[in-house]
Amino acid sequence: MIADTQNNQRPLTERPILETPFFESYKHLIQNDRYQEWSGYTTLESFACEGQEYFAVRNTCGVYDLCPMIKYDISGPDAERYMNRLVTRDVRKVVPKRVAYSLWCDDNGHVIEDGTVFRFSANQFRLCCAERQIDWLMDSAIGYDVAISDVTEDIAGLAVQGPISCTILKKMGFAGIEALKPFQLQHFSLDGCEVMVSRTGFTGDLGYELWIGAERAKKLWESLFAAGQPYGIRMIGSTALDMLRIEAGLMQVGDEFMSCLQTVRLGRDRTPFELGLDWLVDLEKGHFNGRRALLAARTKGLKRKLVGLDIDWNKQADGALIYSSEDAKRQIGEVTSALWSPTLKQNIALAFIDAPWFEGEQEMWAEIYLHRECMWERKMFRCRVTRKPFYSPERRTLTPPNDM
Amino acid sequence: MAQRYQNIVIGGGHNGLTCAAGLARAGQSVLVLEAAEDIGGAARTREFAPGARVSACAHLLHAMPADLAVELDLAGNGLDYAAQDMRTVSLSESGETIVLHGSTAQGKAVSEADAAAYARFNEDMQRFAKALRPVFEDIAPELSIETWRQRLTLLGLGLRVRRLGRFHMRELLRIIGMNLYDLLDEYFESTQLKGAIAMDALLGGEWGARSMGSVLTYLYRVAGYQRNGGIGVALPKGGMGAVSGALVGAARAAGAEIRTGARVTQILVENDRAAGVELDSGERLDADCVISNADPKQTFLKLVSVDHLDTGFVRQIKNLRSSGKAAKLHLLLEGAPRFKGVEESGLGSRLIIAPGMDEIELAFNPSKYREYPAAPVLEITVPSASDSSLAPQGQHVVSAVVQYVPYDDSPDEDANRAAFLETVLDQLERYAPGIRGQVLAAELLTPRDIEREFGISGGHWHHVELVFESFLFNRPIPALAQHQAPIAGLYLCGAGCHPGGNVMGIAGRNAAQQVLKGGH
Repeated sequence: MIADTQNNQRPLTERPILETPFFESYKHLIQNDRYQEWSGYTTLESFACEGQEYFAVRNTCGVYDLCPMIKYDISGPDAERYMNRLVTRDVRKVVPKRVAYSLWCDDNGHVIEDGTVFRFSANQFRLCCAERQIDWLMDSAIGYDVAISDVTEDIAGLAVQGPISCTILKKMGFAGIEALKPFQLQHFSLDGCEVMVSRTGFTGDLGYELWIGAERAKKLWESLFAAGQPYGIRMIGSTALDMLRIEAGLMQVGDEFMSCLQTVRLGRDRTPFELGLDWLVDLEKGHFNGRRALLAARTKGLKRKLVGLDIDWNKQADGALIYSSEDAKRQIGEVTSALWSPTLKQNIALAFIDAPWFEGEQEMWAEIYLHRECMWERKMFRCRVTRKPFYSPERRTLTPPNDM
Repeated sequence: MAQRYQNIVIGGGHNGLTCAAGLARAGQSVLVLEAAEDIGGAARTREFAPGARVSACAHLLHAMPADLAVELDLAGNGLDYAAQDMRTVSLSESGETIVLHGSTAQGKAVSEADAAAYARFNEDMQRFAKALRPVFEDIAPELSIETWRQRLTLLGLGLRVRRLGRFHMRELLRIIGMNLYDLLDEYFESTQLKGAIAMDALLGGEWGARSMGSVLTYLYRVAGYQRNGGIGVALPKGGMGAVSGALVGAARAAGAEIRTGARVTQILVENDRAAGVELDSGERLDADCVISNADPKQTFLKLVSVDHLDTGFVRQIKNLRSSGKAAKLHLLLEGAPRFKGVEESGLGSRLIIAPGMDEIELAFNPSKYREYPAAPVLEITVPSASDSSLAPQGQHVVSAVVQYVPYDDSPDEDANRAAFLETVLDQLERYAPGIRGQVLAAELLTPRDIEREFGISGGHWHHVELVFESFLFNRPIPALAQHQAPIAGLYLCGAGCHPGGNVMGIAGRNAAQQVLKGGH
């Protein structure tokens, strides 16, 4: 059963690109009109300066509007069995009030998407992801007593990330939030209305995500920015978020991999093993979508794998092809996301690399094209496999976080 | 401690029994579990009125491989025929009948050109069916060219078609996806003749003569005639139950155990393999392999917990087309029916009411919208004319397939059935005046009734509609085309598998081979 929200009932022709429930609150902060569409919503690439937005998250506190995240509520007597068959992790081990990052695959063990599973109670879950999945979720419900509803438009969300995020939330009156451990969630009251806070994020830093009924969004934003103003809280756009998630070594659908429900070409689908996410796949938990194919894939061994690269020099390696030697005779991979890391002062990238090069023992070269004063130059730089996440400060998991 | 079997077969239909016999003959222990009190599934004889017995679902035998009958010694196990090589008689309201037998078509309505065309048509179809016979009989090839065996299988199929010669190969490739309506128009003038031929392709199916792929189902039927050892269309002595009886004899002789009244409610899966079954009594039976003669929907949407299946697989199973359109009519008559243009000695024929292909399409049309046809088309037999044991002295039983009856799960089902029985009797009355007055007892089984009595989803004879897209490596879905389910130790052996329905036992035989090959 899909709960129709007000917007869904309007004819498609009358539906302009939507503004999130927070848009009115922060639109006075938009200085450069760099808009971007994301699942039907107007979102911002940056508000003013992506560098400042990036550093806000690493040094103080940055806030990202999460409303366009797709959110499905799944409940009913069979909800646990349903979720456990849907995702690759053992959902039975996710106790109520916990969140689990997970993947879900098709019959062939190819990744459809990654996202977070929120468990509210024994029979109530929420799945958050970047792309719409309702057809897959509904087909997965055949044979289960579960109700699935798309609550994307009903729930507003803000990611509050950075070393001072906890301090600011405490100032807002969320008493005891410092006890919240990574991937835990807790409900707080804000002037009598409920706010759900989960210690989750996409930045690799200390951070929280705040969830509230869309009609109370304005109130939440105002309280948060009133409390955070003395600390230099600021809105951030997707460019800064992308920098942060690359440093955190986190993959993004559409960059690192295509959903296997959308690929057309052969060989473009990815297994969790190829994405280096073996730890998210519990082959011992019993059957789940794609398990048999994944068992076979594991026996076969990996042909390619997503790894972190450290590349010489400081030229960002966007879209670079990776070769086994400087003369570029044999291509062995390609970069999916690249960044000159402002914090690490290191040229990093996420890249798909063929076997056996992904083991990191052999020589590798990145071919980088530089556009300088209207001329293209081609350069080869040495690169090497490096540990992911590239950046992972202690405060990311420290509980309670340091009081600032 | 309960006995453990190597194999449990769910469902004692002819394919289940054939599979059980095959496994038992290979020295394996087999237990067949049949939900009904009577064995045989859709090949069963039962009493529908005092002293009146008919084949309750399938009523003619025409596609069982002769070598299978020999292998299982069906004759030695009691299978005999009351009639063989039956003529097909197309009835008309005017009494001008057309008689089809072998490659001849006779009757006033058959012009010289049509008679010649029929011989030519017959020759062409025999040739094409022969080229395709391995396709209709062997285990479906895998749609993959990873191993040499796979490549050779596909290559072999291509070569057989190529060996027809350039002209006939092109012709086969031209017509194979075509509809029979257009093809028969190319050959014949007589509407009545075309109607009679078309019925052969459409019986038991969901679609009409103008539907795509009806040429393929015609060739499927012809291939059946080629393999049956010359019995043509035959009436087993004692009805179709005799076929099942002989299969039971063969299976038991080989050591298989058979239990009736044992309804399986669940296929047990442990450590990702089939572990046995649970009965409605709560009894648990353990086995290394479970082979389901039930249709794919029953097997995977009812008997196996969805926890063990992938979403895409379940979606494909759910989307299988299995809405039956063939109803069964059973009549007990106080005397011999008098069909116009048919002598009493001709009652041992297969009688067709299908005045033309347009009449078939007109009967088909309402069924698309879950409505009943006003002038149904029928395949009629009077089994008691050849086998007096089926009806009390002097009386006769009629067994007829009534095409294009919708699967009716509306609240008015009973009233609709009663009303439609009147429609069918009216139609019969036009071709056999006085038949209404002869009726002592009547029974009409709609697809819904067939589903209830025989446990077939949608009441579909073929379990899954026999059409181009669910054929060969696509039958019922690619993941099940070689009988083996994604769950180790679980197999399918029914009509939902390649090659499909009709009482022939091929799916059961092939499944047994796969089970033996798969090891335990």
